[in-house]
Amino acid sequence: MSEANGLNPSRRAFLRGGALLMAFTLMPVARRALADTEVDTLGTVVLAPDLPGSLRTNPYLDAWIRIGADGITVYTGKVELGTGVKTALLQIAAERLQVPASAINLLTADTALTPNEGYTAGSHSIFDSGTALYNAAAQVREMLVDAAARSWQIDAAQLSTRDGIIEGPNGERMAYADAVKHVDVHQYAKAQSPAMAAADFKLIGHNLPRLDIPAKVSGGAAFVQDMRLPGMLHARVIRPPRPGCTLQAFDAASIEALNGVVKVIRDGNYLAVVAGDEWQAIKAMRAGMESAKWSGGEAIPEAAGIHDLLKQLPSKRYPISNNGNPGGATETRFKARVTKQYLMHGSIGPSCAVAWFNDGVLTVWTHTQGVYPLRAGIAEMLRLPPDRVRCIHTEGSGCYGHNGADDAAADAALIAMRLPGTPVRVQWMREQENLWEPYSSAMVTEVDAGLSQGRLQDWNYELWTTPHNERIVNAGRLLPARLLAKPFTSAPSVPIAQPEGDGDRNAVPLYELGATRINMNFVTTMPFRTSAMRSLGAHINIFAIEAGIDELAIKAGLDPLALRLAHLSDPRARAVIERVRDEIGWPHKSSEPGAGIGFAFARYKNIMGYCALAVKLRVHPQTGEIRVDHVVTAVDVGQIVSPDGLRNQVEGGIVQSTSWTLYEKVAYDAGGIRSYDWSGYPILRFTQLPKKVDVHLLDQPGEPFLGAAEIVQGPMAAALGNAVSNATGRRWLNLPLTRSTQPA
Amino acid sequence: MRGAQRCLWRNALLRGPVILRCKGLLYALALALTSASAPFPGCYKERFHDPHCTRPATVRRVFLPTMNSHLLKSRTLWISVGVLAVLGLIVAVALMWRPAIAPIKRPTSFDTAQLQRGARVVEAGDCAVCHTRPGGEYLAGGLPLVTPFGTLYSTNITPDAQTGIGEWSLPAFERAMREGIARDGHFLYPAFPYVHYRRMSSEDIADAYAYLMSGPAVHAPARQNQMNVPMNIRPLVSFWNLLFLHGEPLTPQAEHSAAWNRGRYLVDGPGHCAGCHSPLNLIGAEKSSEYLKGGSVDGWEAPALVGLGQRANPWSREQLVGYLRADVVNGHGTPAGPMRPVSLSLARLPASEAEAIADYLLSLQNPHAVSETTAQRSPSSPADHSSGALLFSSACAGCHAPGAPMREIDGRPGLQSTSALQAASSRNFLKTVLEGVPAIPGAPGPVMPPFAASLDNAQLGALAAYLRGQARPEQPWTDLSSTIEALRQETK
Amino acid sequence: MSQITLTVNGAAQVLELEADMPLLYALRNHLNLNGAKYGCGLGQCGACTVIVDDQPVFACLTPCAGLEGKKIRTVESLGSAEKPGPLQAAFIDKQAAQCGYCIAGMLMRAQALLERDPHPDEQTIREHMAGNLCRCGTHLRIIEAIKQVAGHNGSRT
Repeated sequence: MSEANGLNPSRRAFLRGGALLMAFTLMPVARRALADTEVDTLGTVVLAPDLPGSLRTNPYLDAWIRIGADGITVYTGKVELGTGVKTALLQIAAERLQVPASAINLLTADTALTPNEGYTAGSHSIFDSGTALYNAAAQVREMLVDAAARSWQIDAAQLSTRDGIIEGPNGERMAYADAVKHVDVHQYAKAQSPAMAAADFKLIGHNLPRLDIPAKVSGGAAFVQDMRLPGMLHARVIRPPRPGCTLQAFDAASIEALNGVVKVIRDGNYLAVVAGDEWQAIKAMRAGMESAKWSGGEAIPEAAGIHDLLKQLPSKRYPISNNGNPGGATETRFKARVTKQYLMHGSIGPSCAVAWFNDGVLTVWTHTQGVYPLRAGIAEMLRLPPDRVRCIHTEGSGCYGHNGADDAAADAALIAMRLPGTPVRVQWMREQENLWEPYSSAMVTEVDAGLSQGRLQDWNYELWTTPHNERIVNAGRLLPARLLAKPFTSAPSVPIAQPEGDGDRNAVPLYELGATRINMNFVTTMPFRTSAMRSLGAHINIFAIEAGIDELAIKAGLDPLALRLAHLSDPRARAVIERVRDEIGWPHKSSEPGAGIGFAFARYKNIMGYCALAVKLRVHPQTGEIRVDHVVTAVDVGQIVSPDGLRNQVEGGIVQSTSWTLYEKVAYDAGGIRSYDWSGYPILRFTQLPKKVDVHLLDQPGEPFLGAAEIVQGPMAAALGNAVSNATGRRWLNLPLTRSTQPA
Repeated sequence: MRGAQRCLWRNALLRGPVILRCKGLLYALALALTSASAPFPGCYKERFHDPHCTRPATVRRVFLPTMNSHLLKSRTLWISVGVLAVLGLIVAVALMWRPAIAPIKRPTSFDTAQLQRGARVVEAGDCAVCHTRPGGEYLAGGLPLVTPFGTLYSTNITPDAQTGIGEWSLPAFERAMREGIARDGHFLYPAFPYVHYRRMSSEDIADAYAYLMSGPAVHAPARQNQMNVPMNIRPLVSFWNLLFLHGEPLTPQAEHSAAWNRGRYLVDGPGHCAGCHSPLNLIGAEKSSEYLKGGSVDGWEAPALVGLGQRANPWSREQLVGYLRADVVNGHGTPAGPMRPVSLSLARLPASEAEAIADYLLSLQNPHAVSETTAQRSPSSPADHSSGALLFSSACAGCHAPGAPMREIDGRPGLQSTSALQAASSRNFLKTVLEGVPAIPGAPGPVMPPFAASLDNAQLGALAAYLRGQARPEQPWTDLSSTIEALRQETK
Repeated sequence: MSQITLTVNGAAQVLELEADMPLLYALRNHLNLNGAKYGCGLGQCGACTVIVDDQPVFACLTPCAGLEGKKIRTVESLGSAEKPGPLQAAFIDKQAAQCGYCIAGMLMRAQALLERDPHPDEQTIREHMAGNLCRCGTHLRIIEAIKQVAGHNGSRT
């Protein structure tokens, strides 16, 4: 299309342009007051607002698809976090290019090769990248068919494609690789793409075995932890006991003398050791930890008063929803305080990165969720031009949000710069991940709602939270950069705006309400560094809302499920609720002592996937042990790309949310963080699993993709809370749902 | 006849009316059956003034005068012996039989306050520790207890009518707790510590009963015991009871504080500490003259609880209270093995209970301070612990090195100051390494993986020697390889 | 440094290693085997699970010294991506992985169970596997995969 922006048709050129845009947006004046979405970040400037998905920010078709003699390469700016999204995107691209899945080589985020789609987060991957590929692939195919049609002087409508070959009505054949020579794929996509009936899908909506699983079950090199480069050295970092400490003494010489140690790095409060063998590096780290003497350090609050503290710390109050006018007195009211503790991502594999500074270019292999923002941050930290830094996403273990990945990448980058020409691998230890990853914020919310004549009236909701999006907008967001002798300062915290939301995600009920007064108190002085974790504020907000709906219903003598249906007109919302109601046999529960049944519903961010969920459990009347017997859920995520992939995500989310909600909290007091390994932060084990989980998928062929990864976190927590209350007659409103977490 | 007879008489009173009539025969029978190796405290010793006498009393007392051939030919004698034998048989049978107590319908309403008290009694009595098997339902039994006399399985004490205690009335429950008799009259094995539970107050027993009856009924039939002959003949337990079942409900001693008395009650009553922490005689009864002087259970050493403040590595009250509640304490570490679940139970009770126990135990002096030292000697040459040090670096340092988080952040003591490494016996240290400290699902707390499959015997020995060298360099463990070998055999 | 011969997946390997090296690092860095993973290094998560003789062990805290003469098996011994063994095939069939980081350890722990008890019931499977952690919540599929090999074909969907 238009060459107005002066970019010439080459990959490096369009990326250079991107870098220019990035440099521009680094300037303070360009920073916005609120991030639009969780994935929105520097560099993703909207160039073509009328295009669907990530085509808005990456409108060139050849940014997404390259066809050559070596086959078809599809690029996505999203990454595989273990959700199977890489396979799903491949299904979409293959479907719309009408080639077999095996014909495509899908490359995920790499600052040298792929579009900038910001972060793989917020359940946006299929929403953004899937939509972009759905359209771009179809348009590229159409261009190829048109080229063949021109070449054969036949109407394009008479041509068909199969297995990457364009076929004419009289036996003409042209491979895509040939047709592409007559096409300029370096042009903007169009707003409209060729239509395809969902009934015709052969890949979308069907199960394709995930590409990555065979290697993972057989010891293939599947993770960044498995990378081996020639001459690669192993590094370990030595962190202070807590943030804010100052290094007083450190005997680098004695560490350097240890067997195999190649380098000991000390830069202000930043310490690292490098050795030829990984075990040597670990021993050097242990010796370094004993040698280092620190002073000072930020105070850690007492856990008992954390929620009161959050309400006292300086905060900015953001109005979230202010609709309608509260009427007079109501018949039934629910007024309560709901709290959650700090949670840990708890990635099973602590963060790791490999970096190599070679020929003036620093390459970093990292499991970050966002290679472009990370690159910008690393470039700023090292005072390198961004185009001299390349970040390539390589899988790590599940991150569930912003964990230590970016910081470990920064560690690798810092160390690699001190050893030019040598690849360096940094692996965080378990305790380093537990102590230094950004947590999910502890939160306190206050609900005050009323019901009259079976109608929800006023809904007042006030919540306090620390940030849920401390991602890499500048070098100061990288932990290692703050430890250097010339430290960087973290950029001011900015919440993600509604409708996506931050701590206020899903704070606005989807139900029809008489009036709303919903506000978020955004606390920027963080007792602990916090950032995004799967579903952000939705976990507690949905828990609180659904507890409120239940309590209002019970007090008014109404069926809680019926009350919800009475306030939802969206047929898709009603459909998932009704399906769960029927499948679990609501409201019947077992007659065993301690049996309870609970229900919850939410639409993620009120704009994404729908989820209704019911839980049957038993609370042992004597021990208080909670056994989840049966979980039934119905989900609607629009057009399903991979049914099994969706099912896998939903099941996993159910199990993970059960663990969060029943057991998890970061343990700490003024003496330190006690959750330095799994003994201090136990997560759900095989023996605590729900006995039976039934997932019902309500497919919506042809409808937009809505995203699947986070839709169950909130509803599962809420259904558990409602079931426990149903079982015991006591309403527990403090997560995790244990006796000791509730006030005496 | 006075002293011993009065003792037995008093004991007999508690056994039921049938036997009351036969005091003379009873005495003769008891004497005939008394195991001479078991010191019978109080009356027996008093009577014969010879605590170390090993010859059966019958020989000394009854038969000596009859070693006379004239008497042996006497018809009268043989008729008397015959009558005695028949009467003895009647008494024996009577001793071995107990009536059933009528079944009841399970109570359905309970007083909340009583249930709360009962929950605490059940916690203090460690009922769940034996009556719940790993992976099994709470109190539904099935835990194997390996004894020198065979393996038995704990029973279902949920209020299930068919397979649990759902049909037991309070008197039936109290009889079980005090006498070791089940509702239907069969004898319970003294692995169930009714010798201690009989010291509990009636209120506590009634509260525990209410708590147990209020829980969910679980249908879980008892597993078949595998006891060796003759222990598989339950009625023979009656004779064991005859000898060793004594003791009244504990009453406070005015000269001691309320806390001390509470501690004594918990230790001797529901806590049944002597069940592990006193040595046992050949037929599994506590040697009461060696009260709390140490015992063993499941291959672990249960250390002496007397003289805790007099040790080379003494216990302070604070340390003992923390240890009893499963904390990690300076100077001693944290309980492992069978003591761990007991401490976790105590941790669920108010701290005042553990404090009371500590007050009582710390008051128990050891008149002959048990020598914790093996042969005092300094090694002729410093032992080479290099392989032990390497093993520590390889397998242990991640958690136990000075810079490791549990040391740095939690301030937990180094291994050299733990009671396991300070002890005269290497057993507890070795068992902890072999078996680890299991995680409690869903609850934070100290954990340790098992090393049984990760370290071989030579490595265990080297590691133990190395760490012992840091704890007590002047008293190395000398029997490591044989102990390790024995432990491996025990767990086969 | 000392020389040690480790028998891994049937092959004797002569290695020059630090005397206190745990097995995990020998496997990963000296034999280039990716299966066993670093998850905690503390024997708490099981991502490093391998089989020594017939026992599942945490490779992260099993010293290499002392393993001479023992049979060490990693997930690579069960089959390859092209030719997966029955347990691996079951995991692929059930798509029993999300991020997949814990999976090699799960496979070896399951393998050790199945060699001892070829037809365990679900309760036994849950209790045996409890020593291994999965953070993504794939447990239900892991159980299904093991049950498939154990001969319980309850859910054929």
